[in-house]
This record gives sequence, C-alpha cells and structure tokens, in this order.
Amino acid sequence: MNLQEYKDIFYNGLWKQNPGIVQLLGLCPLLAVSSTVVNAVSLGLATSLVMALSNLSIAPIRSYVPNEIRIPVFILIIAVLVTVVQYLMNAYMYGLYVVLGIFIPLIVTNCIVLARVEAFASKNSALPSAMDGLAMGLGLTAVLGVLGAMREVIGKGTLFSGIDLALGDMAQGWVLHIIPDYKGFLIAILPPGAFIGLGLLIAGRNWLNLRAAQKARSKPAPTPLASPEAAQG
Amino acid sequence: MKRIARSTLQTAINLVFFAVLATAILASVFFLTRDAIKKSEEAEKMKLINQIVPSTLFDNNIIKDTLTIPANELLGTEDNTLAYRARLKGEPSAVVLESIAPDGFSGRIWLILAVRANGELAGVRVVTHKETPGLGDYIELPKSPWIKNFDGKSRAGYKDADWKVKKDGGQFDYMAGATITPRAVVKAVNKALVYFEQNRDKLFAPSPQQSPRPLAGEGKL
Repeated sequence: MNLQEYKDIFYNGLWKQNPGIVQLLGLCPLLAVSSTVVNAVSLGLATSLVMALSNLSIAPIRSYVPNEIRIPVFILIIAVLVTVVQYLMNAYMYGLYVVLGIFIPLIVTNCIVLARVEAFASKNSALPSAMDGLAMGLGLTAVLGVLGAMREVIGKGTLFSGIDLALGDMAQGWVLHIIPDYKGFLIAILPPGAFIGLGLLIAGRNWLNLRAAQKARSKPAPTPLASPEAAQG
Repeated sequence: MKRIARSTLQTAINLVFFAVLATAILASVFFLTRDAIKKSEEAEKMKLINQIVPSTLFDNNIIKDTLTIPANELLGTEDNTLAYRARLKGEPSAVVLESIAPDGFSGRIWLILAVRANGELAGVRVVTHKETPGLGDYIELPKSPWIKNFDGKSRAGYKDADWKVKKDGGQFDYMAGATITPRAVVKAVNKALVYFEQNRDKLFAPSPQQSPRPLAGEGKL
C-alpha cells in the first residue's frame, strides 16, 4: 500500500463514497441524534471508533473464518466492540452515555459497519482496513456534524449546547447563542427536520459535483468527457 | 457424507471458538469498568440529590442511607424504588423520593423530589421524560425555572384544589400550548406528598438495609 492508496481511501470515505450523503447507509442514528452538534458528533465518533476497530480486528482473521459463518462471526465481533465502547462511555463519560442512550448499542445494527467489514476488511490487510473504517466513520461524522449544526441553529438558535456532557464541567460556558432570544423552530428539532436537512445536503453535494463536471467540460480538454462522478452523484 | 460431516464440525468449532473469545473479552472489560461505572452512576445521582437537598440539611451519606419502597399507586411506581434519607446529627431532615407521572403528553415523566421532615418540598426535578422538545420540555431545569415553583410548597399551605395548574383553578403556572405536561407533574407531586404524609414515620425509621439500586428512570430510556 502506498500513500496514494491511503489518500484514495480517505477521499472515498469523506467525499466520493460518503456513507451519509452518497451511500445513504446508517440513517437510523443520523436522523435520530442529529438534533444538536454535540450529540451528532459524539455518536459519529463512537461509530468511527467501532468501524476502525472492527475493520482492524476482522482483516487479520479473515482467512480463518469459513465463508458460511462469516456474517455471524463479523456481527459477533462488532457487537463485542460496541459493548466495550458502551462500557467505557458508561464509566468515563456518564452524561453523554445517558444522552445517547439506546443509540450506542444500536451501532451494532448500523449497516454501514457491517458493509465496510464485508466490502473492505474481508478483502484487505489490517492497516488499510482500519484506515477505511476510520475514513468512512469520519465521513459519516462530518455529515452528522453539519446536519446537527443546521438543525440546532435553526431549531434552537444555539451551537454546541450540551458540550459539557462530552467534555466535562469546564466546557459549560462554550455554548454559542447564535440567535439571541430565539423562540425556536420546532420542526428542525423533530425528525422531519432531519429528513429535510439531509435532502438539502445531498442536493448541495450533487450541485457541487455538477458544477465541477460542467467546468471540466467547458475547458478545452483533450478528453471532453464529463467526469464519471457526475453521472454517479 | 463423511466429508460434509467433518466440514460442518469444523465450522461449528470455529463459531464456538469465536463465541468463547468474545465472551472472554466482554467479561474482562465488564470487570475492569464495573467500579468506574458504579462510581459515575453514584456521582450522577449525588449531583441530582444535591440540586434538591441543600447541603446544610444533611451530614450523612445519603446514597447509602436508603429504604426500599415497594411499587405504590400514589408514587405511580410499578417496581421497587429507593428513598434516600437526609439526616442532620442523626435527626431526619428530608427524604428523596422517586415518583412517576403516568399521564404526560408523551407517556411517563420520571420525577425525583425531596421532602423536608415538616412536609415542605425542598425541590423537584425531572429525571426522564419524552415531552415535545420546545413545547412541553420547560419542566426541565435547564430549559426553564418552572420546576422551581414547587420549592417550599406543602400540603399544609395548599389545599387539594390548589394543586392544579391555574387553567384548572389551581395555583401553578403553565405555558400556553402545553398544559398536559405541567398538569401531570403537579398531580404527581401532590400524590407523592400524600404518600409522604401517610408514610412519614416509616420513611424516616432507621434501617440497616443497604441495597443500592439504580433510579427507576435509568435503564428504561
């Protein structure tokens, strides 16, 4: 594996094959916890950690797992890792643990985790697999974070509310009141707000891709073909 | 036939191996984090209790001085809960009770309330609820100081008819557009105070029993 391949892995995870706005996998937590930035990013990072660890631990043993039972074994390993993360959060980040609640154990059922194990870790060696898990997780976290910021500013007029749950009492004063004396816009906080916000993000990504493709076409390039991405996005 | 049996057996052994490995990892992490988890749960409980029981009211270890209360209709509980007793120089000064308002706008509202020995409320807090964000969630302290209306109230000062929101002819404020939520909370607090009146002596009786159990709201999220 050379540097270019690692770059590709990160480019895929963060943009080209972003799990949140391209593959549209793992929407359950995406829609449920993205009502504030802190919740969204926290669950995103927990998912990234699980994805990196599950890819890292499954890649080295991939040749020892018979094909017929690979799915149960993969799920078993993912479930163990999620439970470990849950214990650690329960022990050392109790406030956040209470807020994220049921969504931590639900990381097991998040299809993006198994998807990356099946699509990448079961075919590649340990280090690139771990990087793939991390990159895909961070891509999801970025989408969650942007969606959380949109919903929080529009719905509550604040940013980073509840940050003290993640970083301890010293962070209590870090909440930004973007719009003072805001009455709130309920629909942004409720689940429909997540769908609308996600739709806008997907539209935004497609628009960027189309614009890039048009630029490439208008240039007198030797190959006047639009980039393959435009067709795909 | 023999070959199929052998490969089946091998696959089964493989699966068992991974299951045993997974169990071993989980068991060891469980034991490694058990004390830290217990500590952070107690710290969280203490934080809530400190909010509603002024520290001048007790010098005992509240977390350990508990009494198990069986499920009770007045408290709205369907399971055993713990009462935490505050004592000052050995004299009972306040008790912390858990109560459930069953009739919130979106289901149950878990409350924790501290009653002074004279029947006056020291404070009430909402532990868990599912009320509409931005509408019914003003019963939470970070959202609004509404819940502090209960401080210092007692059944000696307010008659039964006063334990209602103003819309229903009672004494408690509410916010337009969300009456069901405060109605449920006020009703539950009043009922919990009735429970306190009826069981005052039992609640403060010294008991050697010490079996910490999580608050009713936890684990039922």
